[in-house]
Amino acid sequence: MNALEVRQLKKTYKNGVEALKGIDLSVVEGDFFALLGPNGAGKSTLIGIISSMVNASAGETSVFGISVQKHRSRAMAEIGLVPQEVNFNQFEKPFDIIVNQAGYYGVPRRIARERAEFYLKKLSLWDKAFRMSRTMSGGMKRRLLIARAMVHEPRLLILDEPTAGVDIEIRRSMWKFIEEINAAGTTVILTTHYLEEAENLCRNIAIIDQGRIIEDTSVKALLSQLDVETFVLDLRHPIQQLPTLDGMAIIQRDPTTLEASIPKSRSLNSLFRLLEDAGIEVVSMRNKTNRLEELFVRMVSLDAEDAA
Amino acid sequence: MSVEVSARSYWIGYQTILIKEITRILRIWAQTLIPPVITMSLYFVIFGAIIGRRVGEMGGMPYMDFIVPGLIMLSVITNSYGNITSSFFGAKFGKHVEELLVSPLPPWIILAGYVSGAVFRALAVGILVWLVAGLFSGFHLHNVLVTFSILLLTAVVFALGGFINAIYAQKFDDISIIPTFVLQPMTYLGGVFFSVSLLPGIAQQIALFNPIVYMVNAFRYGLLGVTDVSLWTAYVIILGFGAVLFAVCLNLLRRGVGLRS
Repeated sequence: MNALEVRQLKKTYKNGVEALKGIDLSVVEGDFFALLGPNGAGKSTLIGIISSMVNASAGETSVFGISVQKHRSRAMAEIGLVPQEVNFNQFEKPFDIIVNQAGYYGVPRRIARERAEFYLKKLSLWDKAFRMSRTMSGGMKRRLLIARAMVHEPRLLILDEPTAGVDIEIRRSMWKFIEEINAAGTTVILTTHYLEEAENLCRNIAIIDQGRIIEDTSVKALLSQLDVETFVLDLRHPIQQLPTLDGMAIIQRDPTTLEASIPKSRSLNSLFRLLEDAGIEVVSMRNKTNRLEELFVRMVSLDAEDAA
Repeated sequence: MSVEVSARSYWIGYQTILIKEITRILRIWAQTLIPPVITMSLYFVIFGAIIGRRVGEMGGMPYMDFIVPGLIMLSVITNSYGNITSSFFGAKFGKHVEELLVSPLPPWIILAGYVSGAVFRALAVGILVWLVAGLFSGFHLHNVLVTFSILLLTAVVFALGGFINAIYAQKFDDISIIPTFVLQPMTYLGGVFFSVSLLPGIAQQIALFNPIVYMVNAFRYGLLGVTDVSLWTAYVIILGFGAVLFAVCLNLLRRGVGLRS
């Protein structure tokens, strides 16, 4: 069974903005799914419709086979939502926020208290549990949103840019937690602007632009579309003359840094062989940009050109 | 894994909203429970004890006794309405109403939870004002059933009205317009300080279109055994208003007016 099924979903706002133009999307149970798109592409509208915060203009959305439009209550019981913006009462304590949220989902108070303690500890927030939540840092507030979304133990967890503005250390601990949840069977849908995150964590991916899905595939299949990859090479010694390597574009950034764009048809071994022959010693190497980011920018640009 | 949606889960959801509301009211008791008691005490001192002596009798009883039911009702109406507007609009403004909107709770449970919270505050304030009034005029209770049923129904009606106000409100100013320009005049002209029978002919007829006249008089009957209107008419009017407002609230919540895009 699919965790999420979206059919011909359309949304036109009262001001005439057509945010979704007939979207079809499926997310299989247990998946770690990335929903990417530039700002204003329709991601938040789509998440809003799935979580019943936005009324669809047309089309059907179902969660584990339960229609969001026809059986809202049952469908909502399956979903945990981490919204883009902090939306808890900042004059309440984290513990109370989580216990109350559990209550809205029908979790008895005794169990809700146990779970609140479990998730607050799991997300390293237990020492703040009984302090006013407005005193917490931005990263803590984001983790509290995750704890709140998990307290009724949903089968589908939707995270709308959960790591925006969060430092790298906290971001990593958040992903570790989300990966554990996914490994335990919860389907995860993620929107993020950090494409590196999507590439590292997600198995399947959809790219949405201007209210339409322009790509819906596995991360692996998507990355295989990348025909040229650009690497940055740090050299041990400065070079005076740029080597010419057949079929590869090489640019010298500074005396000890090269940028090499290599077609997928060529192997990295051939690059290193050629560098070796030229007497160039490479000390380190990295991708110039994230591979998914390169594809994403290309696809969205192409879509914008088509629309124009 | 996920929870099952059932009557029990809805009951837990309702209790959660109510407990949250009661906790909020008690946490800020200095703002929610005490000010109306102080205001009403001043009314009792000035209008009842000082001016009341010169007024003499009203409706066949000392003026102080006459104004007690109206002043209790005045505090019930303003606190019921004020509680739900500030609480629900506050949740809307702070966006934490979204916690409820994405939950499995159906609109009628959300409404019931907030209305019950408002009724709790209204009754708490009403009882406190009644206790203060007892110090000035002694404790009267002519008919327990009428007293409590009218008190409860009035609190529910104004909580529902306040809920509609909160749904449409876009800014904090919007939740004070109706209480200032509609509720306050209606309450003051609703027989709190005088018997409508004292009004000249046409004014008396106009006053009978004011539902608060029926609430105040029915409540006065419950406490003192005197009323300007028929008790059954009062019940029909209060229940009718309650039913209409409840239907409007549910409809607005179902459509997500002011809450969902």
